[in-house]
Amino acid sequence: MPVATMQGREIHVDEEGFLTDPSEWDEELAKQLAANIGLELTDRHYEVIRFARQDAAEQGETPTIRRMQAVGGFQTKELFQLFPKKPAKKLSYVAGLQKPVGCV
Amino acid sequence: MTATEPMNAPVPSFDDEDEGGRKLVLICSKGSLDMAYPGLVLANAALGEGIETHIFFTFWGFEIINKETMGDLKFVALGNPATHMPNAVMGLPGMTALSTKMMRKQIADLDIPEVPEFLDLIHESGGHLWACRMSADMMKLTEDDLYEGVEGIISATDFMELSQGAQTIFI
Repeated sequence: MPVATMQGREIHVDEEGFLTDPSEWDEELAKQLAANIGLELTDRHYEVIRFARQDAAEQGETPTIRRMQAVGGFQTKELFQLFPKKPAKKLSYVAGLQKPVGCV
Repeated sequence: MTATEPMNAPVPSFDDEDEGGRKLVLICSKGSLDMAYPGLVLANAALGEGIETHIFFTFWGFEIINKETMGDLKFVALGNPATHMPNAVMGLPGMTALSTKMMRKQIADLDIPEVPEFLDLIHESGGHLWACRMSADMMKLTEDDLYEGVEGIISATDFMELSQGAQTIFI
C-alpha cells in the first residue's frame, strides 16, 4: 500500500490512489483530490460527498449511484453533472472512499 | 495550502478520453423477469463508466418497455434445469406466480430496483432506449404504449446505423 504525502501529512492510498482509511480524509483534502481529477468542488459537491461518507460509515460500503438516489435523494442526472462520466468512481475518490463493489 | 500543489500520490486514471469512442449496444429479446435484468444491469454499469449505451428492445423484449407489462414480468421455472426442481411440480397451477414472487424478493433483497424504476435509472443516466419496428407492428403497439424514455421505434436498417462501431450483445 503506497503512503502518499498530501497536505503535509501521510495519507494511505491503494495502488490506484483511492484512500484506504476514510478517517485520514478531510474537506480540505477533498479539494486537492478533486483538483487531481480536474474537478472544482462546489457546496453541492460537498453535500453529496458528506452523504456518501456518512452512508459508507453506517453501511460499511461505498454507496452506489442507485443508492445515492434511492436513499440520499440525489438525482442520477445531477450526479452525472457533478462527477462527469464516472460518477460513482469519481465521487468515491474525492470522498476518500473505496470504489463501490455493488453491481447496481 | 492550495488544491493544486504537487503531490506524490497516485491518481486514478479515469480514462475519460479513452472511453470517448466506446459504445455498447444491448439487444433485449426476451420477456421474462430473469432475462430482463442482464441487459438492464449491464447498461447501468456501462453508463456508470461513461460508455455510450443503447438498448434495442425486440420481440419478447417488448415486455420490458410495454407500460402494461413492464412492472409485472414473470419468471417461469418450468423447463429450466438450473432451478433443480422437477417439471412435474413446476408445471402445477400457481407455480409461476410463486417462483416469480420468490425471485422478486431475492432481487429486492439485493436492493436492485424493479424494472420500471431500473429503466428510469438508465434513462436518467443518459442511456438510449429503442424499440423494434417489426415487433411493434406485429404486436400493434405504438410509442404511446411504451415507456416514456423510449426514444423511438426504429427499423432494422436504423439499428445498423445506430450500432456502427459498437460492441453488441444479444440477450
